[in-house]
Amino acid sequence: MSNGSLLSRFAEHHLWLARYVERTENLARILDVNETFARDNTGVQDWLPIVHLHADDEAFFAEHQEASAKAVVEFYIADRDNPNSIIESIRAARENARSLRHLISIELWAQLNVFYGWLTDLKKRDYDLRNLSKLCSRIKEQCQLHTGIAEGTMFRDQAFAFYNLGRQIERADQLTRLVDIKYHRLLPKVSDVGSAIDVSQWNALLRSVAGYQAFRRTHPSGMTPALVAGFLLFNPGFPRSLATCVREIRRLADALADDPGLEGKRLPPGPLEHLQEQTIQPIDQVIDRGLHEFLDKVQLNLIELAEAIGNTYFDQSPLDTQTQTQTQGVA
Amino acid sequence: MVEARIVERQGMFKDYDPAGFYCEMLGAAGTGLAHTEALRQRIDRLKLKALQRRAADTERELYNLGITFTIYSQKDSIDRILPFDVIPRVIAAHEWAAMEEGLVQRLTAMNLFLRDIYHDQKILKDGVVPAELVLKNTNYRPEMEGVDLRHGTYIHICGVDIIRDQEGQFRVLEDNGRTPSGVSYVVENRHLMFRAFPDLVEGFGIRPVSTYGLHLRDAMAEIAPEGIDDPQIVLLSPGAFNSAYFEHVFLAREMGVPLVEGQDLIVEDDQVMMKTTAGRKRVDVIYRRINDDFLDPEVFEPSSLLGVPGLMRVYRKGRVALANAVGTGVADDKAVYAYMPRIIKYYLDQEPILPNVETMICREKEALAYTLDNLKDLVVKPVGESGGYGITVGPKSSAEELEACRKQLLAKPENFISQPTIGLSVCPTLTTNGLRPRHVDLRPFLITGSSTWVLPGGLTRVALKRGSLVVNSSQGGGTKDTWVLE
Repeated sequence: MSNGSLLSRFAEHHLWLARYVERTENLARILDVNETFARDNTGVQDWLPIVHLHADDEAFFAEHQEASAKAVVEFYIADRDNPNSIIESIRAARENARSLRHLISIELWAQLNVFYGWLTDLKKRDYDLRNLSKLCSRIKEQCQLHTGIAEGTMFRDQAFAFYNLGRQIERADQLTRLVDIKYHRLLPKVSDVGSAIDVSQWNALLRSVAGYQAFRRTHPSGMTPALVAGFLLFNPGFPRSLATCVREIRRLADALADDPGLEGKRLPPGPLEHLQEQTIQPIDQVIDRGLHEFLDKVQLNLIELAEAIGNTYFDQSPLDTQTQTQTQGVA
Repeated sequence: MVEARIVERQGMFKDYDPAGFYCEMLGAAGTGLAHTEALRQRIDRLKLKALQRRAADTERELYNLGITFTIYSQKDSIDRILPFDVIPRVIAAHEWAAMEEGLVQRLTAMNLFLRDIYHDQKILKDGVVPAELVLKNTNYRPEMEGVDLRHGTYIHICGVDIIRDQEGQFRVLEDNGRTPSGVSYVVENRHLMFRAFPDLVEGFGIRPVSTYGLHLRDAMAEIAPEGIDDPQIVLLSPGAFNSAYFEHVFLAREMGVPLVEGQDLIVEDDQVMMKTTAGRKRVDVIYRRINDDFLDPEVFEPSSLLGVPGLMRVYRKGRVALANAVGTGVADDKAVYAYMPRIIKYYLDQEPILPNVETMICREKEALAYTLDNLKDLVVKPVGESGGYGITVGPKSSAEELEACRKQLLAKPENFISQPTIGLSVCPTLTTNGLRPRHVDLRPFLITGSSTWVLPGGLTRVALKRGSLVVNSSQGGGTKDTWVLE
């Protein structure tokens, strides 16, 4: 683009492109490990937490009587009426990419185009429980392929910063939801502490975010709820931790503030600073004061941060915020 | 030559028979054209199965790259490719030289015509073109009266539909002076051909088409409002849901300009501004792929959400340039088409280099008499907005239909033109059974800022159904790579 200016709408499309792909990757990771994850100590699987995780109770139970494995998997992989399903997320990612086709590399577009085409061709047997792990791996790999192509081909301008902002905001959002739901669910009864099922569930939680090895490097022995939650939220070296996401968001926000093409536009102080403060607390103190309340505040700050980005850079008058959001929801 | 024909009868060309039509590969008598001989020999040596497999690969590549047009249903969108036929259509250098000259002549006259009818209207006062044909045409825009455009250019991007008749003569079938589409396929087809068929392409001097974006960008810079050195150019699209969206993407990418929608633009203080992350920035030139009707809800269709309120106000003051200009539709209308030879003569004092399809203007006595006498051999077409009587194809009409047509002609002769039926040229085309003749047309593209540049080649559309004359993509048409030789 000449003279370094970027249309607001393109900045928004970049942000949402990354968000939808990140959302898909997280969902595929969760579905992949849920088989182990969901099994309680009687061996019965429970897929309901995935529905809670996405706050989809109303939409899900409008279509289904119970949260059976089959129903939940189908709802989150292939349901065209569920805006949070993988197929709808990738459709939305592709629509955002479609609007950016003249700016992004042909490779980045073509990969998403083929990925979406492959998803639309999936048959019921492809997401049968027996094939679920294989399918989720494939979806996760496609998301990683996207990320790799983006890293390798995207022009390093402000658009790239908006793209990465989208990824980090979505990753922080997903991580905090996951910890919120799972922490409550996994808090062991006294009798279960140290039992095989208990350890395997914490193991699965870490695996769902590819964090088991990293956790073990930090904590060679022991696995308590507080240790795992503390690791996922505050470990500065783990790429999917809240602390890492917030640090990246800070870096990207500063890069935008310094971008000559943006003529000094910067985020107003507020949500981002609050997030930074939140990531430097000891986990025991957070748990004592209430982990759920803490995560709620993090979520609120993430929402306010996204709004601040919109107000600062996307030329949104309060009037069209609603239509913009709707457009993004379906676009 | 003799040897080449023997090879033809053994290989891919063994059963090929143009059945009396002019063949783009073999010529009028079907015996072989010198400039296609080397290519025919190469094609002839290929194996049908291998060729079909490679053709299937090219179609999959088009699909994966999203070189598609999109059909929307309620819930989903379906991407369709424009079928690509792998056998190229070849045009000799001397043929193209005449074509280029003829196209530039015609477009020059059209721009002079538009400037005239929106200013002094001399051609109407001199009675060369009936005034009501122009002034009562729905595509005539009174808002353009007295508006001066840079270089007097109205039609900056023009696509002309050309056919070749049974004698091998190129003729103009239709002018497209509003928002002609298809050029992206010309360039993409060439890229595809080079990637998939290096063995066919190698060693021929084929004139390049990939400079289209550069020429377009230069022309857009030339028409910027006076005094602006480094203009901000944008491409205005109806959006990702438009079926031609791929082409808009292609053009924006080739020019290196933002692909904007109406919602990205706003009029402030008699300037068109675009909403950027750094605030609002002035826009100087808009290549718009939106029809006049939807451009500015304050002036045209009030319900349009695609356009920019206030745009016409800024445009009329010369503070933003639009390509193409508003109101060009009156020059490419069927009714005006019939007068093109006279329009060329009037402004340039030249005979047309590229003839029209012979056209009888039925409002004129002799033409009406001729049309009535030869009804069963002619195609009778309604002109302008004269109503939905439809086309009467003489050779395919019953006695009753011809009689109905006769009555309409006698009642309102000014609403009709008539033309002879034409045997469109054919080109060898890959089918499941091998190479078969299929009818083709050609749409060359012209870009005009301060002067006119003609893209060497154009979009060859091919009617893939046997015997069909309909080359439209919506009705079973495909495209071919079009080679203009050095």
